[in-house]
Amino acid sequence: MVEVGIKMAFSLAQIAVVMGIVLLTVMFLTLAERKVIGWMQDRMGPMEVGPYGILQPIADGLKLFFKEDIIPAGANKFIFSLAPILALVPALIGFAVIPFGPNMTVELFGVQVKPFVISDINIGILYILAFTSIGAYGIILGGWSSNSKYSLLGGLRAAAQVISYELNVGLAIVGVLLLAGSLSLVKITDAQTGWFWNWFIFAPPFPQIFAFVVYIISSVAETNRLPFDLPEAESELVAGFFTEYSGMRFAFFFLAEYANMILVSCIATSLFLGGWNAPAPFLQFHGSLAHLAWLSGTIWFAAKVYFFLFLFFWLRATLPRLRYDQLMRFGWKVMLPIALGNILITSIAAYLFPRG
Amino acid sequence: MAHLFFFYFAGVIVLTSILVVALRNPIYSALSLLIMFFHVAGLYVTLHAEFLAAVQIIVYAGAILVLYLFVVMLLNLKREERYHAQFPIGALLGLTIVTEVLLLAFHGSSPPEPAPSGTSTPATNGVTEVAGVTDAVAGPALSAVEGNTETIGESLYTTYLFPFEVASLILLVAMIGSIVLAKKDIFEQQ
Repeated sequence: MVEVGIKMAFSLAQIAVVMGIVLLTVMFLTLAERKVIGWMQDRMGPMEVGPYGILQPIADGLKLFFKEDIIPAGANKFIFSLAPILALVPALIGFAVIPFGPNMTVELFGVQVKPFVISDINIGILYILAFTSIGAYGIILGGWSSNSKYSLLGGLRAAAQVISYELNVGLAIVGVLLLAGSLSLVKITDAQTGWFWNWFIFAPPFPQIFAFVVYIISSVAETNRLPFDLPEAESELVAGFFTEYSGMRFAFFFLAEYANMILVSCIATSLFLGGWNAPAPFLQFHGSLAHLAWLSGTIWFAAKVYFFLFLFFWLRATLPRLRYDQLMRFGWKVMLPIALGNILITSIAAYLFPRG
Repeated sequence: MAHLFFFYFAGVIVLTSILVVALRNPIYSALSLLIMFFHVAGLYVTLHAEFLAAVQIIVYAGAILVLYLFVVMLLNLKREERYHAQFPIGALLGLTIVTEVLLLAFHGSSPPEPAPSGTSTPATNGVTEVAGVTDAVAGPALSAVEGNTETIGESLYTTYLFPFEVASLILLVAMIGSIVLAKKDIFEQQ
């Protein structure tokens, strides 16, 4: 009984730490995005609040917290309140199966616990896919319940876009699953130890580079980020599905978008870039410092995740928004055949040259 | 403990299934259906069929129900009154199913699980048949402690290879049919 209690308390502590880090990262990202895009466009970015503008996220958070919460007349109050929660919860729940560091066990009060994995379930990646697909409901219902034409159009676009690109995400992942022979993110990461050519993006018998590109493009589309932010296209739909939202409800949608960005970056890191594994064995603590390997592991993981987050900003600053029919044609006629072809070739290669 | 979970999931499934057909607002019906899909997935988890649980949510909640919502929102139905026009047929079907459930219950030869899933099926209509197939697959998987996904894959490609291929053919026919329907104008021009 005591053992169960300690395990439960440890899991709760892990969840609290991961949630804290994710929310802090979101706060940091809001500033980083404005700064990075500012520099890319030869501007300074926010400079007013605090030295060099670094307190801007706190000012933004306080402003959103104290804003009046408006529910438009004619809106469906129940669904209008439910939608932001439906958008945020799936975005946060996916972090439960991400391995943030080595799969090691630590003894705590006589109980074996794994500090860097909240839960290693054998269908890890499917669990994430299942819950990210639920995130679409928040957007669709938010758009519908606002009783506004812009919101409804944004919601409809989101529905079509998420279904189309979710398919590509799922198919892009299949190649990696074929090579790793497991659905558990912990086992997939463990299969990529050693040098960087063991990462699934470069791994023999068939490098998953095409799947990687398809996954990155589709996940940008799935998180509704530029250049695929059709559901909230400012120039056409004011703000799309959250036009009518204000205050904390708006903040929930905002948090969900950024938490989703972090989640897809974590998945891309774990599946294609070796997770917490260093690119070369000598770049992590080894030998006499081997007991500190978890430290270098988590740092490598964070570095790779931040690389992807930077990629999101970079895309946003570089590319113009696609037109709606271009988006659909690109998803179904370009990405889908590439993903299917990748599965075919990978499965033939994995059959002919099974990984030792 | 397992019984407690089962009765919770089964109870919610029955309740939300009734709500799907009883509620007048189609959006609320779709939301009840969403809750029902989650609890069916929960039932799969209690049967140690995690793979089926995840696929249940990805396919039904993540794709099919989103498409339903899409259509409902496009049609912009406020309050649909036609729902209650087919009461005689519904009563007939319901009577048949109640008879079946009672027969199963009084013969006592079947395990307790099939009965509640039987009562939940009328609400899901098209889903019923697929759920039946997945139940059959979950049977052998239950015996395996580990490697649920592998067990399903192996039984699909060995024991159930023929039904699996037939199902894929049926899906192919449906795809071709929808393309023909959607592209009618192109065919007529030629």
